[in-house]
Amino acid sequence: MSTDKLVDFDEVLTRYEPVIGLETHVELGTVSKMFCGCSTTFGAEPNTQTCPVCLGLPGSLPAANAVAIESAIRIGLALGCRIATWSRFSRKNYFYPDIPKGFQTTQYDEPFSTAGHLDVEVDGETYRVEIERVHLEEDTGKNLHVGGATGRIHGADHSLIDYNRAGIPLVEIVTRPIPGAGAKAPEVAKAYVAELREILLALGVSEVKMEQGNLRCDVNVSLAPIGSLEWGTRTETKNVNSLRSVERAVRFEMRRQAAVLDDGGRIVQETRHFHEDTGSTSPGRSKEEATDYRYFPEPDLVPIAPDEEWVEKLAAALPELPAARRTRLSEEWGIAPTEMAWLVNAGAVELVSDTVAAGATPADARKWWLGELARRANDANVELAELAVTPAQVAELVALVGAGTINDQLARQTLDGVLAGEGSPTEVVASRGLAVMGESDELVAAVDAAIEGNPDVAEKVRGGKVQAIGALVGAVMKTTRGKADAATVKRMLEARLTAG
Amino acid sequence: MSTPSRKGQLSRDEVAHLAHLARLAVTDEELDLFAGQLAAVLDAVAQVGKAAVEDVPPTTHAVPMTNVMREDVVRPSLPRDVVLAGAPAAEDGRIRVPRILQEEV
Repeated sequence: MSTDKLVDFDEVLTRYEPVIGLETHVELGTVSKMFCGCSTTFGAEPNTQTCPVCLGLPGSLPAANAVAIESAIRIGLALGCRIATWSRFSRKNYFYPDIPKGFQTTQYDEPFSTAGHLDVEVDGETYRVEIERVHLEEDTGKNLHVGGATGRIHGADHSLIDYNRAGIPLVEIVTRPIPGAGAKAPEVAKAYVAELREILLALGVSEVKMEQGNLRCDVNVSLAPIGSLEWGTRTETKNVNSLRSVERAVRFEMRRQAAVLDDGGRIVQETRHFHEDTGSTSPGRSKEEATDYRYFPEPDLVPIAPDEEWVEKLAAALPELPAARRTRLSEEWGIAPTEMAWLVNAGAVELVSDTVAAGATPADARKWWLGELARRANDANVELAELAVTPAQVAELVALVGAGTINDQLARQTLDGVLAGEGSPTEVVASRGLAVMGESDELVAAVDAAIEGNPDVAEKVRGGKVQAIGALVGAVMKTTRGKADAATVKRMLEARLTAG
Repeated sequence: MSTPSRKGQLSRDEVAHLAHLARLAVTDEELDLFAGQLAAVLDAVAQVGKAAVEDVPPTTHAVPMTNVMREDVVRPSLPRDVVLAGAPAAEDGRIRVPRILQEEV
């Protein structure tokens, strides 16, 4: 548990202005590693995907992965960056067991892309996040600390290393400092990462599975007294690995730093660790100076010099980006930007789009995904997309309702069956016998029974108290367990009682 | 790499710092010895600065090539027992290393 003194979040903002910054690492979805042909498959047995190159054995030579390089440039293009016409890899020298070569091959002063931006929206307001640079490097191996209480480094007596991940291409996207977000700073940070994730998915450069560590964020936060011309000293919280954690990490650091500053203390520039369980941060090792890494150009890899033709070809082949797509879909579906924002937050844009493509109207598709299905996802604590129902099945459900085969209540029961793996909506309607009853003998009998069972109500209706008919409709619906169509039942009852 | 600005000088502290970065244990006597020896090496390298090369662009590569890339294709990896055999110690299919350096606060 954190013992840090914290200032109430709202109070922080009465005295301080936060400046945030994000460094995001994205594992690319190439099939082979950055500089060798080892597989990148996740979850393989430890140390079964290594070779002399990624292990840094003497005499081995790297060869750059063409898809990784194109992916890095495409990410730069999607973020509106300037693409360098001359770019090189560098060696970042340090000793740590997860880096078998004694250096990480990365980019230093000559990255692929610089000076881009990404607009993110929070509560209807747009914040422009300036992108400092996008560069390509290689991932490190994975450490397992043994002997400590929870696999953490503290108290561990030795460590076990798996180099399968070492050498997987990693794109690092660095923002410029983001001032001016104020109380929205935590949400802006989260929205930025969320939007970046959407872009990466649209580009198809990574699966961006945060739970598999495909996307990892370092979150920088500093506070300055309101009105101050200088920014405060920042801390860098490492490896924040979910959207929610990004928001929490910013919030926590703002509250912690405010308490330190309020007490007349100083913030030291340091690396901090984020703790998922408590949402707190704790100090890590002190930041090494850049000069300590003794960067120098990688002599084993020749420069990459993207010419205009190559870059233009890549730019022309970019897919429609999420922001443009949202604008287009808003227009096509006739919905306001705020409604689109709800769909985005619910992770429902693709699902609704696919449901519409499968034949449902945009209104029906939205109604089901944001209503009944969102409720069920929420109850099960899963993402909408993880529900065991496809957009095509939702469209089929909507069509069954539209055709009068089932009503909304029966549709919910049908959904139960689909989610339980009983087949398509049509199959579930058949197997569970959920179709709305027509004016069958069974329904006629139910109507008769309702009249006979409630003679006084029937008498009222006959006497002109038309609204009393509701009780009789309810009785029929009860006997038929919701399978009758209420309007049909009402019509049948009226015919019977007024004729009588 | 840049040319050292102070010809023939390298302090003990600088050598100690370099040794730390390289994770080398160096004794006090060795610090003095290496400071002198490294200074001589730096002096020797600094002679490059005397060459008249105003019209020669700096380079890091001996070959005038760019954009050398390989296809994104998987090739066989080394068998794990071969990989682990090269390590001083292994456990559970992983390479075993001493406790990773203390958290330096």
